[in-house]
Amino acid sequence: MTDPMYDRNVMQHSSGSAPQPAMAGGMPIGDTSQAELAYEAGVELKARSQWAYVRMRFFRHKLAVASVIVLLLIALVGLFAPQLAPYGYDEINLEAIAMSPTLDGWHIFGTDQLGRDYLTRVMFGIRTSLWVAVMVALLATLIGTAIGAVAGYFGGQIDNLLMRFTDLILTLPGLAVLLTASVYFGAGSPFKTGLILAFLLWTAVARIVRGLFLSLREKEFVEAAKASGAGDMRIIMRHILPNCVGPIVVFMTLVVAVAILLEAALSFLGFGIQPPNAALGSLIDDGQEQGLETWWLVTFPGLVIMLIALCINFIGDGLRDALDPTQRRIRA
Amino acid sequence: MLTYVVRRLIYSVIVLFVASFLVFSFVSISGDPLAALRVTPNYDPNVIKRIEEQKNLNDPIPVRYVYWLRDAVTNQFGTTLLGDRPILPDLWRVMKNTMQLVFVAELLAILVAVVIGVFSALRQYSVFDYSATAFSFLGLAMPVFWLALMLQVLVVQIYESTGTRIFPITSLSDVDPGTGVSFWLDRAHHLILPIIVLMIAQVSVYSRYMRASMLEVINSDYVRTARAKGLEERRVTLKHAFRNALIPLVTLVALSFGGLLGGAIVTETVFSLDGMGLYFVNALLSNDPYPVMAWLLIVATMIVIFNLVADIAYGLLDPRVRYD
Repeated sequence: MTDPMYDRNVMQHSSGSAPQPAMAGGMPIGDTSQAELAYEAGVELKARSQWAYVRMRFFRHKLAVASVIVLLLIALVGLFAPQLAPYGYDEINLEAIAMSPTLDGWHIFGTDQLGRDYLTRVMFGIRTSLWVAVMVALLATLIGTAIGAVAGYFGGQIDNLLMRFTDLILTLPGLAVLLTASVYFGAGSPFKTGLILAFLLWTAVARIVRGLFLSLREKEFVEAAKASGAGDMRIIMRHILPNCVGPIVVFMTLVVAVAILLEAALSFLGFGIQPPNAALGSLIDDGQEQGLETWWLVTFPGLVIMLIALCINFIGDGLRDALDPTQRRIRA
Repeated sequence: MLTYVVRRLIYSVIVLFVASFLVFSFVSISGDPLAALRVTPNYDPNVIKRIEEQKNLNDPIPVRYVYWLRDAVTNQFGTTLLGDRPILPDLWRVMKNTMQLVFVAELLAILVAVVIGVFSALRQYSVFDYSATAFSFLGLAMPVFWLALMLQVLVVQIYESTGTRIFPITSLSDVDPGTGVSFWLDRAHHLILPIIVLMIAQVSVYSRYMRASMLEVINSDYVRTARAKGLEERRVTLKHAFRNALIPLVTLVALSFGGLLGGAIVTETVFSLDGMGLYFVNALLSNDPYPVMAWLLIVATMIVIFNLVADIAYGLLDPRVRYD
């Protein structure tokens, strides 16, 4: 995993962007010779792991880095909603009914017909929605990876059975099955809604992991591991799986984005997270029921959902470019 | 080819049987559909008994599944739980309405997406290309129901400031839509906003695909050859590149059918259109498993058929694809 390799770029002792004096006779000297020169001069070379390269490539992707910052801020707002929120989540203020967004009393997202502050409610909504999305992503990735790994590694009948099962789930109309499941499984709590979403969203990860395992299990290093007596479990966990981390992480970000949007749709339709739990989708539903004249009640929670989904998509793009430089997507 | 299709058909039928059995069991295990009626005070116990017998509610689940299947095949999906309403006529009605919505939206979405995708690829990194990319990123991140609500908010705001209602925001028709041409004009007027909503969602997906596949094709060897032998640019892009770039989109359109119905569920609910989506949501809310099962089976069947069509179309359009 961490096979160290020496970076060709010289790390000067003076930190920061050192000037590049390597101009000899007006000709720029290439990286290699520069490194060699530096080596001969006794300048230290810094070892960089594969992950250091991934980090470097990711930080080059400006939009992705900006998205990480925005998303972190949003997540912090959600995490510390009880401390940060200017009002209580269910605090009714009959003197501030249906106020449009105003700086007066910091109701920048306005208030609803009961005088509840929507900024506060959105903050608590972020808390629930992000929590569910992260839970779905982790669970779906876990299930998908396990099923994909078993199918791809063992192949044959097991593979056939598991993949037919995956096809079966893909045959069903996604949102309709989610709705049915929430009615009959009884959603309402964030945890149950998350479970239902996870049981439907693992299929993409499973297919990817299976594909990777199918090709990796034929590789020489797996043969070598087998020859030295490693068991199936050890080969899967220690030898093949670490090579799949990149695509798995990329697909996990996709699952987060899909989960945010699906949970919002479920909660909006009244089948997902229900009061007293706040979710961004149910806030929009709440706002819609109070009439479209109070437009701020539907607008702001939706904008937040969009912002979160947008950030996650950009991060996913950045990760894909960083983790898999050979397969660059067509640049956006 | 023929053996491939036949094999796929047989396989599809098995998948549908297994899927319907799983969904049926899940729904049946999860709860007694009559629970609400049982606790209703003064509800005639004889009616409950009659429903139990009619729907074989006291039999084991596999037996009930076979009864249900028999009903589905020989009796047009039978009736609703209370036994007072045959399911199929309702389903036909809502399906017709949804098809009007989905078909028009899909057709327009494909046209717009193809144009956007091709121009983005031909003028890569231009202002147009970047705007199209920004548009589809926004479209992908936007919840469909929220977009629908925003359009409604816009209409309401315009109404409040000017006093004219430029578009109706609920239902499929006016109370008295008239007949003939005036009926269809009224219907179109009602469907414009929902169509825009579905379109934006689909265009953001399709245009990205179209752009990617067009870029791949115009950078391929045979296009360079076409240019090298002196064909005019117009002919190269339209005859050589464009037609081949369409192939992946054909598959995508067929495969995205299931997702389109998902979008329709949300859109129809927001605009309260009497379509399949709203029908399904109402069936779920009234806790009636029979219309839900019928709906799911019909939609799953359509998805299976569309998947098969996608595969066959791909083979017909691209002779390099071989079925074994």
